[in-house]
Amino acid sequence: MITPPQTLDELMAQALAIERAAAERYAEFADAMDTHNNREVAQLFRTMAGYEAKHAQQIMEEMGWVETPAMPAGVWPSFEPPESVPMEEVHYLMQPWHALQLALAAEQRAEAFFAELARVATDGPLRAAALQLQEEEREHVALVQSWIAKVPPADADWANDPDPPRYTD
Amino acid sequence: MNDIGVPAIFTAAQYKSNYKPIWCPGCGDFTVLSAVTKALAQVGLPPHEVAVVSGIGCSSRIPAYTTCYGFHGVHGRALAAGTGLKVARPDLTVLVAGGDGDGYSIGGNHFLHACRRNVDMTYIVMDNHVYGMTKGQASPTTEPDWDNKLSPGGTGIRAFHPLVIALASGANFVARGFSGDPNGCADLIAQAIRHPGFSFVEILSPCVTFRPEQREWKQHVKPSPVAPTDDAARAARRIMTDDGFNIGVLYAGNRNPYPLGAAAGRPRVPLDDIAAEFAL
Repeated sequence: MITPPQTLDELMAQALAIERAAAERYAEFADAMDTHNNREVAQLFRTMAGYEAKHAQQIMEEMGWVETPAMPAGVWPSFEPPESVPMEEVHYLMQPWHALQLALAAEQRAEAFFAELARVATDGPLRAAALQLQEEEREHVALVQSWIAKVPPADADWANDPDPPRYTD
Repeated sequence: MNDIGVPAIFTAAQYKSNYKPIWCPGCGDFTVLSAVTKALAQVGLPPHEVAVVSGIGCSSRIPAYTTCYGFHGVHGRALAAGTGLKVARPDLTVLVAGGDGDGYSIGGNHFLHACRRNVDMTYIVMDNHVYGMTKGQASPTTEPDWDNKLSPGGTGIRAFHPLVIALASGANFVARGFSGDPNGCADLIAQAIRHPGFSFVEILSPCVTFRPEQREWKQHVKPSPVAPTDDAARAARRIMTDDGFNIGVLYAGNRNPYPLGAAAGRPRVPLDDIAAEFAL
C-alpha cells in the first residue's frame, strides 16, 4: 500500500530518494563487479549510477534544495524504493543483457509507482506532478529497451565457470 | 559534539572506507554494511568513537569496510574481544559483527555469556545458514534437511535458535532484520545501539552463492505484527512460535547493564602493577 504524499515537496522528496537509492545501489554493483573482474557489466552499472545521480541532482536544482529534505518512513510499496535493483538479483558472471533487464524492471517499477501516486493523489497539482514523473520514467523505460535491442542476448552458458566456487557434481 | 558544542552531522558515506568489499555480488552483507553506516549516521556517532569488532568469515570482513576503529579477530572470539574492549574503554561504542558459524558454533559459548553479562554493546549477526567462506558447509542455523554434497540428505540436526537462546541467556534487546530491507535494518541497529546493555540483532542475509534458494526469503519476510515487549516470557513465546521471518524489535528489556568505568565502583589497577605481577 502506498502512502500518498500530501504536498509537492513530499512528492519530490520521494522522487529524490528513489533516484539516490538507485544510484547508490548501481554504484555498489559496479564496485562488486569490478572486484570480480566483470569489467563490462561494472562499466554498465557505473553508467546507470551516473544517470540516476544526475536525475537526483536535477530534482535538487528544480526544487531549489540545498539540503536533502527529510523522508517520512514507510512510503514504499515494498522494503526498498522501487527503482533500486534488489541486491540478490545480480550474479558475478552476469552479462550486459542481464544488467539491462534488471535496469528495465527497475524503471518499470518506478513508472508504476508514480502512476499509482497519480491515481491516489489528493489534488490536481499533485496528480499533475506525479503524472510528469511517471512520464519521465516511461521515457527511461523506452531508453533502456532501446539499449537492450543493441546488445546481444546472454550466452546460453553464461553462468558456466571453469573454476566455480561451488561444486555440485 | 564539536568544540563549540554544536552536534556534528555525519552522513552514511563518512562511515564507509575506501576498501571495496570482496563479497560475492548479490550477497546480503552489502546491504548490512550499508545499514550499519546509516545507523551510525542516524545515531550521530563520530567514527573515531566507534569500534567494530569481528571474528572470521565472510561477514567478519566488515570492520575493514568502515572508517571506525576495527578489529578483525580470531574465529568465534569476536564477543570476547568486544567485551574486553568495552570494559577497558567504556567511552567507545562497540559493535560486534559476524556470521552464524562464527557466532553460534565456534563462538557459541561466548554468545551465551555475552548475553548473560549484559555489557553495553551491540552484536550484529549476518545469518545465512551456511559457512560461505569455506565453501558451503552446514552451520548451526542450517535446516536439518538441507541437502548438499557435503551433507547428503541434510545433517538431520535441529537448527540452533539464536533469538531464543539470546533471550534465555539475558540479552537486553533482541531484534531480527532482513538484508533486503536496509533501511529497516538501519533503524534496528540504531535502536540497538541506543538501548542499554547487550543488544542482539540477527539479520537474515542471503548467501546467493551457496544458498541461492535464499533469494526467496524476501517473499516470506514481513514486519512483526506485534509491538516490542519488555516481558521476556511473552517475547520467548512469540519467538518460539513465529516462522522465523518476522522482523522488527522482538524484545526490549530493562535489565541494568554491566557497570563500567566509574560506575563499576571497583578500584582501577595501574597496568604497570599488573605487568609487575607477571614479570619473570
